[in-house]
Amino acid sequence: MMQSTFRTENLSVFYGKYEAVKNIDMNFPEQSVTALIGPSGCGKSTFLRSLNRMNDNIEGSRITGQIWIDGQDINAPGTDVIELRQKIGMVWQRPNPFYKSIYDNIAFGPKYHGIKDRKKLDEIVESSLRKAALWDEVKDRLKQSALSLSGGQQQRLCIARALSVSPRILLLDEPASALDPVSTAKVEELIVELKKELSVVIVTHNMQQAARISDYSAYFYLGSVMEYDKTDIIFTNPTNPNTQEYISGRFG
Amino acid sequence: MKSNNGSPVLIKKHHLEDWIGRIYTTFCVSLLVIVIVSMMYFVASKGLTTFIKDGVNVGDFLFGTKWDPNGDNPVFGALPFIVGSFATSLLAALIASPLSICAALFMNEIVPSWGKRLLQPVIELLAGIPSVVYGFVGLSVIVPLFRDVFPGQGIGIAAGSLVLSVMILPTITSIASDALSSLPKGLKESSYALGATRWQTIYSVIIPTVMPSLLTGVVLGMARAFGEALAVQMVIGNAPHVPRSLFESASTLTSVITLNMGNTVMGSVQNNALWSMALALMVMTFIFVIVVRLLERRHQL
Repeated sequence: MMQSTFRTENLSVFYGKYEAVKNIDMNFPEQSVTALIGPSGCGKSTFLRSLNRMNDNIEGSRITGQIWIDGQDINAPGTDVIELRQKIGMVWQRPNPFYKSIYDNIAFGPKYHGIKDRKKLDEIVESSLRKAALWDEVKDRLKQSALSLSGGQQQRLCIARALSVSPRILLLDEPASALDPVSTAKVEELIVELKKELSVVIVTHNMQQAARISDYSAYFYLGSVMEYDKTDIIFTNPTNPNTQEYISGRFG
Repeated sequence: MKSNNGSPVLIKKHHLEDWIGRIYTTFCVSLLVIVIVSMMYFVASKGLTTFIKDGVNVGDFLFGTKWDPNGDNPVFGALPFIVGSFATSLLAALIASPLSICAALFMNEIVPSWGKRLLQPVIELLAGIPSVVYGFVGLSVIVPLFRDVFPGQGIGIAAGSLVLSVMILPTITSIASDALSSLPKGLKESSYALGATRWQTIYSVIIPTVMPSLLTGVVLGMARAFGEALAVQMVIGNAPHVPRSLFESASTLTSVITLNMGNTVMGSVQNNALWSMALALMVMTFIFVIVVRLLERRHQL
């Protein structure tokens, strides 16, 4: 695989003395979807969270190794976390809209990054909602509470919210596991659509989902990457017997 | 012992436990309800006697400014005390709310690691100090200080509210703190993930979300301040008229009741008038409870 502008080098994450993620070297190719799969507790989410320094807020967490984005180590002293998180958006398993209107949920990020002009904000809200395939469903009720939306809509709202600050990379932590099949399908379509503009890294427990939407897959086990390759290869002809077992459901 | 006799015995025993538990808890709840209802009835019947039997006008009682129960022509205007009660508890809430909410934010959001460990015991301690101690401290520290700095004798609504504000700090802080710690983690994280700073997150995500709970805390704090008698009575001066400044002797409903209860004869107009004030206090407490309920309902949406 070609070296990309977004990659990790020898990355380890510790919680206290426990090493949750061990020496991971990974490239995230541009404009593609990378799926992180593996049994629960294998470090996928921890790894994902370290990519935009969400672990900063967890007491006792410590990182060694590097995460490079555009030739910059994001953990280097002096890195502006605020700026970094503008480049790398994140969406969680459970939809978590703010207790605000649909409009204000989306406008929240841009406002804090200095966009005051109402017209510009309106544009961002519309384009973000369009990208998240939610615009047609909510365009007549932008002032309503975001909590009035269904679970699937809320999750797409959260994706739209993450897109509002025009990130280059989107991190998704099991974004569809709390949704019904119809909403899941919508979110999946959306992810495939999004990769035209940005790189997506997604943690998922759903093997079919990983196979359907990802270009690359990494199999995590006990904090290490056992295998990382094109999704086709991982799912049809994995080199590691462990991967084979996990994917076919005989393990994990 | 009889466990191998077969299941019927076991099931019966379990059913019995169930029934005993049910009867016992029902008994406790009924006792509570009976006590509360009978107290309400007692206070209401006593309090209303003033108006029904003794012929005191309700309007004169609520809005009359002259309180002279022992004169040749007794007058029962409770407005000075109602004003005193409202002024002290509102001011106390005004002083205590920002402090408590910031304290709660500090220990939950700013330094969750040691903030809670350090502040939680302090707050519990604060809540456990007897009110007479607060009153005593107020009388020997706050009142002389106010006397030196402001015109007047130092006693009055200002001193009362300051003492009360310290007393209701723990109430508001612990309710605010509970609300903050029960926030879903993802909410804060999504704000951080959008590149918001901690202050921006607190200001525009956290506070709006917990607002109903914060208000609940403030209202409960006010209710506590409204009902507090001893500490206020020690620093407020207890003059039965509407004060013209915050540093002039005044009274609250509770302070008048505690001061005069022993000096009146059961069944006399003077005594009944005090009961009417107790009734007013109780009604206010109900209003506070209703407000809290409404706030909580809004939170559930």
